[in-house]
Amino acid sequence: MGTVQSEIKFSEEKLKKVQEIISRYPEGRQKSALLPILHLAQREFDGWLSVPVMDYVASLLNIKPIEVYEVATFYTMFNLKPVGKCLIEFCRTGPCMHNRADQIIEYTEKKLGIKVGETTPDNKFSLKAVECLGACGYAPMAQIGKFYYEHLTEEKMDKIIARLGQDFNPDNKYEI
Amino acid sequence: MARKLLLENINVPGIKSFDVYRAKGGYRSVEKALKTMSPDDVMEEVKKSGLRGRGGAGFPTGMKWSFLDRKSDKPRYLVCNADESEPGTFKDRFLMEYIPHLLIEGLIVSSYSLGSNTTYIYIRGEYRWIVDILEHAIAEAKHNGFLGKNILGSGYDLEIYVQPGGGAYICGEETALIESLEGKRGNPRMKPPFPAISGLYNCPTVVNNVETLATVVPIINMGGDEYAKIGVGRSTGTKLISACGHMNKPGVYEIELGLPVDEFLNSDEYCGGIRTGHTLKAVVPGGSSVPILPAELFYKTKEGVARLMSYESLSEGGFASGSMLGSGGFIAMDETTCIVRNLWNFTRFYHHESCGQCSPCREGTGWMEKVLHRLEHGHGSMSDIDLLVDIAKKIEGNTICPLGDAAAWPVASHIRHFREEFEYHVKFPEKVAHSPF
Ligand SMILES: NC(=O)C1=CN([C@@H]2O[C@H](COP(=O)(O)OP(=O)(O)OC[C@H]3O[C@@H](n4cnc5c(N)ncnc54)[C@H](O)[C@@H]3O)[C@@H](O)[C@H]2O)C=CC1
Ligand SMILES: Cc1cc2nc3c(=O)[nH]c(=O)nc-3n(C[C@H](O)[C@H](O)[C@H](O)COP(=O)(O)O)c2cc1C
Ligand code: SF4
Ligand code: FES
Repeated sequence: MGTVQSEIKFSEEKLKKVQEIISRYPEGRQKSALLPILHLAQREFDGWLSVPVMDYVASLLNIKPIEVYEVATFYTMFNLKPVGKCLIEFCRTGPCMHNRADQIIEYTEKKLGIKVGETTPDNKFSLKAVECLGACGYAPMAQIGKFYYEHLTEEKMDKIIARLGQDFNPDNKYEI
Repeated sequence: MARKLLLENINVPGIKSFDVYRAKGGYRSVEKALKTMSPDDVMEEVKKSGLRGRGGAGFPTGMKWSFLDRKSDKPRYLVCNADESEPGTFKDRFLMEYIPHLLIEGLIVSSYSLGSNTTYIYIRGEYRWIVDILEHAIAEAKHNGFLGKNILGSGYDLEIYVQPGGGAYICGEETALIESLEGKRGNPRMKPPFPAISGLYNCPTVVNNVETLATVVPIINMGGDEYAKIGVGRSTGTKLISACGHMNKPGVYEIELGLPVDEFLNSDEYCGGIRTGHTLKAVVPGGSSVPILPAELFYKTKEGVARLMSYESLSEGGFASGSMLGSGGFIAMDETTCIVRNLWNFTRFYHHESCGQCSPCREGTGWMEKVLHRLEHGHGSMSDIDLLVDIAKKIEGNTICPLGDAAAWPVASHIRHFREEFEYHVKFPEKVAHSPF
């Protein structure tokens, strides 16, 4: 985990996936594959995009590294700094705010001893505040890995932290 | 019970799967269209239906399809807008998550009509599990001969791909979406040319919302004329409304357009009323970008006419005393809500989401956020209130895309209808931290 990314290369299986993605677009339009492949890379290389990772993606798509940097910096889902093993992304927009999002975020900050934007010293959790995730009727909510956790309460946050602190796989749906 | 065209089978166990969906009559519209109708016939039915874009702008879908440049020798594209990021809006997610084949079915019929052989669903990147759901549904449809080469022996070929975004509200704007789909930053393009003339890869392109394209299914099944009989006036058909905020039963509801707003908010069939023990203060009826209405102007127009859930009725009174149906993101707020805080929150959202191309939007949203932060936290002055109105006016109409307007409208309407609350924040700064508002 963390800052040292030893070998930056997709597995054979992932490289096949890359080729399949590129084949979705017309000849010469392989740059269209950039966002899907950045997601793939972020998932593969510790949850964030370092410069060497972005350079690797550029080489796969035969585009200039700057074309990757300018895209990676535009979209909020791409983390340009290391994040903890489990990234909790709280929605803080209007409808969630009206349903106690602020209190839940504050509670979690206190519980983990970190602020939004920070990572716990043991590298287990990072907190991030994001804008409306399309779950406004099920507020307050957070995205953790692939899934949404909705109707959050303080007790639910306790359970989430206890469970996901043991081990965490972003592709798993944890029943809390 | 009101008529359901999209969510009729939503509670059927297993409706997510191809087999159950098919057994319930799914994919009939594809058979009908590809076997018995020409692409233009399909478009004619959509025109007759009166269907208007469900993404928020309400532009007539059949008319938009007719603008698609069919003379060009370039490929034509249909792109499904599943970016859904307008605060208060979560209806497309519901449809894709629970009845994905309805969207795939609508996409096949629409692609056939428009002559698109490659259709992309651009979905907001955060809906990661829904990408899997859609890709699974696409694979099932293909396996059953509804996608791929020579569909149902008609000679028509179609592939559908799901493209995730990266977390950017602006990529819901159709030209920003196209830029993003080309692997670039989501900076909107100048319109015209509209995508119908020059869109994805500079080819003729139609961008339509998820719900719009799903609605093509019942239109083809029942015929455009029948569909047009549902609803009221130029608001034909049914509409998905995602309801949230301080109500007893938030969720996604399919309504017949023309339903009285009172019934929508207060009956048990829909929202079940404002949360028990509280009273309605204000409503944002169509997603965060549309003007806010105080309770009295929500229930009745200035002239005292009861409002309906329709494009026309909600906008009755214009910006002075009306609002818009927009994307159907319905946000209700009770008397505990601080209007200044709500506006500060929305404005921060727009500042955060501005793509930065036009200075009135980039700078103006930043200023407004700063001034609102000041007011909300008890450091504001009376002149700040007018300053906000002034900045909003300077953004409106002076930008490349409507995000600038979307940021300006809430400011103007919050202050127009709740000015005394902004003044209260200036007069009693010590009280606002825990103000009753
Ligand atoms: N669903 C959501 O999450 C969100 C929805 N919105 C909605 O988006 C709306 C603004 O969207 P825009 O696309 O900027 O509105 P618009 O009015 O420019 O266009 C609406 C549609 O009609 C087409 N169109 C209009 N005139 C045309 C012409 N002469 N020829 C060919 N095609 C034409 C456009 O290409 C577009 O697809 C707002 O009203 C807002 O309600 C805004 C933010 C988020
Ligand atoms: C800032 C902004 C964000 C938008 N976001 C969305 C969106 O998330 N989903 C959507 O369908 N339309 C969105 N739109 C509207 C689209 O530009 C376009 O009008 C719509 O996709 C057309 O589809 P329709 O005619 O089926 O409604 C947005 C517009 C703006 C200005
Ligand atoms: S109005 Fe705002 S979001 Fe739209 S193009 Fe200009 S800067 Fe970008
Ligand atoms: S406001 Fe939080 S999900 Fe929409």
